[in-house]
Amino acid sequence: MVSYVIFTLTLCGIYALLALSLNLIWGGVGLVNLGLAGFFAVGAYASALATGAGAPVLIGWTAALAVGAVVGLVVTFATLRLRDDYLAIVTLGFAEVIRLVALNERWLTKGSDGISGIKAPLKAELGLMGFNLFYLGLVTLIVAGIWLLLRRLDGSPYGRAMKAIREDQQLAAFAGKTVLRFKLQAFALSAAIAALAGALYAHFQSYVSPDHFQPLITIYIFLAVTAGGVGRPSGAVVGAYLVVIFLEATRFATEWVPGLQPVQVAALREILVGLALILVLHLRPQGLLPECIPRAPKPVPSKA
Amino acid sequence: MTLLLQALINGLMTGALIAVPAVGFSAIFAVLRYPNFAIASYATIGAFAAWWANVVLGLPIIPALVIAFAIAGTVGVVAEESALSRLRGNGALIVAIASIALNLVLENIIRFFFGNDMRGYDLPLMRDMRFGDLRIGPQQLQSLALAVVIMAAMFAFLRYTRFGKAMRAVADNPDLARLKGIDPARIAIVTVFLGAGLTGVGGVLIGLDTSIDPLTGYRVLLSVFAAAVLGGLGSIPGAVVGALALGIAEELALIAVPATYRTAVGFIAILIMLTFRPRGILGERAV
Repeated sequence: MVSYVIFTLTLCGIYALLALSLNLIWGGVGLVNLGLAGFFAVGAYASALATGAGAPVLIGWTAALAVGAVVGLVVTFATLRLRDDYLAIVTLGFAEVIRLVALNERWLTKGSDGISGIKAPLKAELGLMGFNLFYLGLVTLIVAGIWLLLRRLDGSPYGRAMKAIREDQQLAAFAGKTVLRFKLQAFALSAAIAALAGALYAHFQSYVSPDHFQPLITIYIFLAVTAGGVGRPSGAVVGAYLVVIFLEATRFATEWVPGLQPVQVAALREILVGLALILVLHLRPQGLLPECIPRAPKPVPSKA
Repeated sequence: MTLLLQALINGLMTGALIAVPAVGFSAIFAVLRYPNFAIASYATIGAFAAWWANVVLGLPIIPALVIAFAIAGTVGVVAEESALSRLRGNGALIVAIASIALNLVLENIIRFFFGNDMRGYDLPLMRDMRFGDLRIGPQQLQSLALAVVIMAAMFAFLRYTRFGKAMRAVADNPDLARLKGIDPARIAIVTVFLGAGLTGVGGVLIGLDTSIDPLTGYRVLLSVFAAAVLGGLGSIPGAVVGALALGIAEELALIAVPATYRTAVGFIAILIMLTFRPRGILGERAV
């Protein structure tokens, strides 16, 4: 039971990172990344492969951040100049291509068998329980660090410029903001955070396979960010914890329905997830913790 | 040479099949201005409706297609009105996200009742026709003919009927259309019915070739998007041209890369198109 709680809380932290990543790009510059699962996978494989080749875990995580950012830029470079719907379509396609590559390039990713035996830092020294606790602490700390950083970003002139772009690109451009550069930087940073989440996940599970990166994860994260409140890092984190708890609750709830096949139980859970997202969008689109938009400063009375 | 010609023929045939749901998607995009991800489940619903008509009721394929059109269209309208229409004021992205959630719900309703098993249509087996070294399957030829007839009917509808003209007017300029007394809500319903119905028929045509399961629609979703973007997002003739171009590009690329990367070809094609000509082959401005 204790290890179940620890496992779930660690997963919460990893989802919180993904939610922070989505919130940065969606709540920041108003773009959506439907390929979140793809960036998550890129980070997981990058770190698994780097540490598999002998690099220390920290180098693996740094590699995940870098590869995530670079891949993010390469994929969206052409699209960020266009209308938002194009980015949605391209990122969705990206996630699918990553899954295909992970499935088919056996020399690199071992295909559907997946990569096992990924280094778990300090596992030998701490023992299984100790490692799980240590890792939970580490993930929680990283979430807190990135949450603080993104909160600072929101209040900074940079963050305000991002939100100006979200509200009205043309006006922001008119005010001298380099719209395309902000979008590129925000997307690269957001992709890097998602990739870091993937790396943390890979070293926690010690195993990754293409099955871990289903498009469904992206939908979970959208539910987390909308339920928590788009545009507010605290909302994204709270939303992620709530979504994992909701997912676990549906697991128990659907087990109580008698006479269902396992495939029907799985289908029922996914129906609940989809309905939850539709309901949140209808009933509380601003989320539990709505974005707080600071009041415009009062004009300083001019001295006559 | 034969290899190239065969790839070209195969490409035109798969392209024509993708064109049917791509036209459905583009019609919805043109009028309602949001990318509808739920078309994946509309295609699956159409495929299962036709399967039920064909295998359980024993109907031939053409009545089964009509049933698929009606059921997918009706599900599309009910889903749009209950889950999406009230979100239109919040912007296209929110509707698109809701349509992803809607897709998840509908796909899993199918999975709940039918399971994950593959199902095949009840079709007579036929030997491939040979023309010299070229091979063509009679089943594919029939699907191709059906696709052509369905699209011709759609274009005739858009060009000659009042509703079709009103749809094009709303797509072109919604404000001007309203000034002329066209009711946008009614046009939206008709468009979604047609779009979802066509997508459902497309799901059947694609399933005729192989088999169907709850992910049938999701697997063609990316090809449909690729076709629509290649042709120009929002352009209905563009969707047809884009689908044919995509089909040929896929078949030509598969000469060089393994067949498992079929979906990736569409993705690469989109990236190249968006880099050099974002509006697509026949599209409007993309910025």
